[in-house]
Amino acid sequence: MVSDFLLHAALAGIGVAIVAAPLGCFVVWRRMAYFGDTMAHSALLGAAAAIAFDIDATLGVFTISVLVALALLALERRGGLATDTLLGLLSHSALAVGLVVMGMMTGIRLDLFGYLFGDILAVDGRDLALIWGGGAVILGLLAYIWRPLLAATVAPDVAAAEGMNPARQRLIFMLLLAGVIAIAMKIVGILLITALLIIPAAAARRIAHGPEAMAAIAAGIGALAVVGGLAAAVQADTPAGPTIVVAALVLFLAGLLPWARLRPGKETEHG
Amino acid sequence: MDAEAPKPDFAQAPAPGGALFRAQGVGVRRGGDWLIRGIDLTIDPGEIVTLIGPNGSGKSTTAKVVLGLIRPDAGKIERAAKVRVGYVPQRLSIDETLPFSVKRLMTMTGPAPEADIRAALARVGIGHLADAAVQRLSGGEFQRALMARAILRKPDLLVLDEPVQGVDFAGEVALYELIRDIRNELGCAILLISHDLHFVMAETDRVLCLNQHVCCAGTPQSVAADPEYRRLFGPRAVEALAVYQHHHDHAHGPHGEVIPLRAGGDPDAHSHGDGAVCHAHHEHDHDHGPHHHDKDVPDDPAGATDGQ
Repeated sequence: MVSDFLLHAALAGIGVAIVAAPLGCFVVWRRMAYFGDTMAHSALLGAAAAIAFDIDATLGVFTISVLVALALLALERRGGLATDTLLGLLSHSALAVGLVVMGMMTGIRLDLFGYLFGDILAVDGRDLALIWGGGAVILGLLAYIWRPLLAATVAPDVAAAEGMNPARQRLIFMLLLAGVIAIAMKIVGILLITALLIIPAAAARRIAHGPEAMAAIAAGIGALAVVGGLAAAVQADTPAGPTIVVAALVLFLAGLLPWARLRPGKETEHG
Repeated sequence: MDAEAPKPDFAQAPAPGGALFRAQGVGVRRGGDWLIRGIDLTIDPGEIVTLIGPNGSGKSTTAKVVLGLIRPDAGKIERAAKVRVGYVPQRLSIDETLPFSVKRLMTMTGPAPEADIRAALARVGIGHLADAAVQRLSGGEFQRALMARAILRKPDLLVLDEPVQGVDFAGEVALYELIRDIRNELGCAILLISHDLHFVMAETDRVLCLNQHVCCAGTPQSVAADPEYRRLFGPRAVEALAVYQHHHDHAHGPHGEVIPLRAGGDPDAHSHGDGAVCHAHHEHDHDHGPHHHDKDVPDDPAGATDGQ
C-alpha cells in the first residue's frame, strides 16, 4: 500500500523532474551548470528574506535568484574578472549570507537541513498545486521560446543577424531557471537542484539524436530517478533528496555501458 | 557565456535609390581605438560586394555593422525595410553536448518544408548528409551546410564571412563557383569577406579594400591596379592577386567527385579542363612579366587535386 504522503512526494518529484529536464538541457548546452548552481545557492537567502518579510517562500526564492542572476550579468558586463570567478564569488557569498541571516532569526524554528537537502516527504497539496501549476507555466513559456532560445544557444550572432533577439531569450531563460529553482527547492534542496537539472540531461545525451528528444528523454530519466530514489530512501531510511540524486547518477552511469554492442547490425553512419 | 548581441535595427530609414544597405562615414570605436572609421559602403540588390584586407583591418567589424550586430559610434546607416538576411559566420562551433543534425541546423532560425531542406542541401552538394550530426562534418562540409541554411531562407542579402577558410584549394574553387551560382539563382546581394588576396571572384561587382578605412574600392581589376592597394599589400601581393574566372569544364564536389558544368563554356576550357584556377589576363600582367611563370607554378594544384 502506498501511503498518501509517499504519493504526494512522488507526484511532486516527478513534476519537478519533468520541468527541470528541458531547462537542464539548456543549462548543459549553454555551459551554465555553475550559473545554475549560483542561482540555486542564493535560494537560501530568498527563503530567509521570505520569512523576514512574511511573504511566500517560493516568491522570495524566485525574486532573489533573479536578482543574483542580474547582478552576475551586470558584473560580467563591467569586466575585470572572469565569469567563473564571479560565479564562485556570488555563489558562496549568497549561500553564506543566507546562512547568516537564517542564523540571526530568533524565535522561529527553522529546518535548515530541509532547505539545504530538501524535504520531499513533507510535500502537501498546496506544494503539489504550485509544482504542477508553476511547472506547466514554465514549460509552456519554454515551448514558446524554444526555437529562438535554441538558435541563441547555437549561434547568437546568426540569430541576431536574422532578426531574433538572443539577449531577450537569455533573460527569459534565466527567469524560467529561477522559477524551477523556486519550485524544486522543497524536493531536493538548494545544494542539489543543479544535479536534478544536469544529470538527467547528461544521461540523455548519448541516447538522443535531436535537442527535443534529448529534453524528453531527460524528463523520463529524471522521473525514473525520483521514483527509484524515493523507493530506495523509504527502504533504506536515507534522506530522500540526496537519494534521488544518487538514483539519477546510477541512471547516468548505466547509460555509459556499451549498450550499442548489444544491438548487432546497427552501425554508425558517419564515424 | 554567449556573446553580447544587441538587437539588430532593421527599422531604420529605407535606403534611398533602392539600395539594401548604405553606410556613410561609419566608425566603430572600442576602448578609445577606432576599429574602423569613415567607411562608406552601399549594397544594391543582386550585387556581389567583396571586402578584402589584412587581419585586423576591420572586415568582420564592417560585416557586423551591416548585419546590425554592432551599432556604429559614428556615421550614418540606412537600411531598406524588411531585408531578409542570411548569415554564414566566420566561425561557429556547436557544443558536443547538443545533438544537432544537419537537417535540424537548416531550420534553426525558421521553419522550412522538408522538400526545400532537401533541395538546399542537394544544391550545395551535401544532400547525403541530412541526418549526420553537425559535429561530425569536415570543415568544407560544415561550410556548405551553413551555406545551405542561409540560402534556404531565400535571403535578399547573403553575408559570407570568410566562407573558404579551412577548405582546401579545390574546395575553395568549388565554393566560389557555388557562391556565384547562388547569386544567379536567388538574385540576392552577397557581401563576401575574404582575407585571401589570391582570389577575388571575377563576378564580384565591387571590391572594397579595407585597412581600418576604405583604402580603395572598385572593380577587382581596378583595385589590383590601385597604388593604395599596392602600398597596403606590397608588390608581391599585387602579383599574387589573381582574379578567379570561370574556365572549367567541370568542378569538384566535396568528395572530389567530378561535377560537369554547363556546355557551351569558354573555348579555353579545354586547356584547363582540370578544375584549376586560371589567372585572368589583366593590364597588370605586363607589370611583372619576368616573374609571371614563376608564380604560376605554385598556384596551380592541378596535379594534386585531380587524382581521380
